[in-house]
Amino acid sequence: MFYREAGQYKTNYAADMAVFPLRQDRIGIAVILLIAFVGVPLAGNDFFLSSVMIPFLVFSLAAIGLNILTGYTGLISLGTAAFMGVGAYSCYKLTTFFPGVNIIVLILLSGLFSAAIGVVFGLPSLRIKGFYLAVATLAAQFFLQWAFVRVPWLFNYNASGAIEVPQRTLFGLPVTGAAATPETRYFVCLGLVVMLTWLASNLVHGRLGRSWMAVRDMDIAAELMGIKLLNAKLIAFAVSSYFAGVAGAMMIFLWYGGGEANDVFTIRLSFNILFMVILGGLGSLIGSFMGAAFIASLPTIMKFGLPALGVPLSGATAEHVTFMLVGALIIIFLIVEPHGLARLWQIGKQKLRTWPFPY
Amino acid sequence: MNAHSTDIAGDPVTQKGEALLSVENVSLRFGGVKAITDVSFDIRKGEIRAIIGPNGAGKTSMLNCINGFYHPQDGRITYKGVRRTRVRPHQAAAAGIARTFQNVALFKGMSTLDNIMTGRTLKMRKGFFWQALRHGPAMAEEIEHRKVVEDIIDFLEIQHIRKLPVGKLPYGLQKRVELGRALAMEPELLLLDEPMAGMNLEEKEDMCRFILDMNNQFGTTIALIEHDIGVVMDLSDRVVVLEYGRKIADGTPGEVKTDQRVIDAYLGVAH
Repeated sequence: MFYREAGQYKTNYAADMAVFPLRQDRIGIAVILLIAFVGVPLAGNDFFLSSVMIPFLVFSLAAIGLNILTGYTGLISLGTAAFMGVGAYSCYKLTTFFPGVNIIVLILLSGLFSAAIGVVFGLPSLRIKGFYLAVATLAAQFFLQWAFVRVPWLFNYNASGAIEVPQRTLFGLPVTGAAATPETRYFVCLGLVVMLTWLASNLVHGRLGRSWMAVRDMDIAAELMGIKLLNAKLIAFAVSSYFAGVAGAMMIFLWYGGGEANDVFTIRLSFNILFMVILGGLGSLIGSFMGAAFIASLPTIMKFGLPALGVPLSGATAEHVTFMLVGALIIIFLIVEPHGLARLWQIGKQKLRTWPFPY
Repeated sequence: MNAHSTDIAGDPVTQKGEALLSVENVSLRFGGVKAITDVSFDIRKGEIRAIIGPNGAGKTSMLNCINGFYHPQDGRITYKGVRRTRVRPHQAAAAGIARTFQNVALFKGMSTLDNIMTGRTLKMRKGFFWQALRHGPAMAEEIEHRKVVEDIIDFLEIQHIRKLPVGKLPYGLQKRVELGRALAMEPELLLLDEPMAGMNLEEKEDMCRFILDMNNQFGTTIALIEHDIGVVMDLSDRVVVLEYGRKIADGTPGEVKTDQRVIDAYLGVAH
């Protein structure tokens, strides 16, 4: 009743090719942005911002990165965490070398290093597919994780091997370091994620996105359209790793505020992000957000939400239950709805369009 | 009408211009299996050239050699006067050779529009930066090509399915979308691998109409593999017949139809 395109005529191709052609969708996205930029900081306390919202944003960005590679281009990767790590360490080195440059610029630049490494490890993708490519990216995961521990230059020869996040400011406000408030960090994260999501959406709706999907759906025919497979795949690796790298830099500088990064960028994180992409929906940017929201917030809900509602659940039990739930859900989704939460969302919208009629 | 109607009568077809593509003494082997043996023929500019033959005769292998999926061990393929050795499929595409597949090779997760837009890939020039912004030049380019794609959609009468994912379309429409995608490349040489396989009479008639219109309106040279002999005789200017990887006949439909070796190949020989 409220979600109808009736009466919304498009008179030019630009309107028809818009990412959100429906007025209701445009209103919806405006409302979501309004809530994110105004509602959440007003209503949420520090705990909510730094333990729920910032992780959600960081994981969303990493999931978008992996989704570009796996969902759009059809190349599976188990090295996402390692590429995030490259971003984090690059950002650390960059702040050391260029202390005067704005930290946001450096976070965005550190993704480029991750992209370069991603391209190197993406080279085998021309020859190998599926399982075998997954194993090749696993090599990236293990090699890079090894490098994070064994190359002391990366962590400035700290005795602890940890990244020490320095204090950096933006317009006089501390953005990173111990003095940065959760609100500031949240706004910086949100700004970066919104901007990069917009760029990703533009890319997947353009020629490059079509080439990626063509490679995914039928690589022989794609080649026949004049798409160079190696180029398309390597650009996908580069863009994907860029997003992962920026997410990794955000993770250490805006969320963790330092720490031993080799404990963070493990294969478990890689798998977690893969689960986000699968649960959220392969080949969907909205799905990346849904998957990240689900998997990033589930442990917090189990640990703090349920006891707050009066369900007696110890921390350890909550963790176990989370594992079991995520595992079960992945199996259920793979069988029942391989396209994930994003497809459920689409089906829901379709039902709304035709409501109260079945079709 | 044009020359096509006289083909059936068996009149020699007037020369349709110089050879666009010529295949000389091409042989293709997979280990010990000889897929193609010493085949030569040419495709002239502006003609509809049919390649027929029983199953396993090497027709599809021939097309695969022409657009670079296979590289023949012997012989040469000359396209637009340039000899091509070990050409890659994307290079063939850049040179103006498009093709459709026997078993539809569409991008199943994409809409009809996006599938046909993919055919415009080579014509689009705007770089990564502009695409990431999707404004200004990149958007202007998208719209410009969208117009071309809409013309093709009109031509093929598939307006009603332009936003649907092609994986869900019925087979006949999928074939049509695939033709549209090839057409979007504005090819000089279009290779059609059994464009009418598995279609009913009405769908076949539609497809024939599109092929003839393409040939007439856009001057596209077409090489066509087809099992429906009636269609082949009606559509094509010249026919080449393969059997067991060898060429057994080459000529106008009228000539080929009366060739004793062709009749033997199709009907069998009394031993």
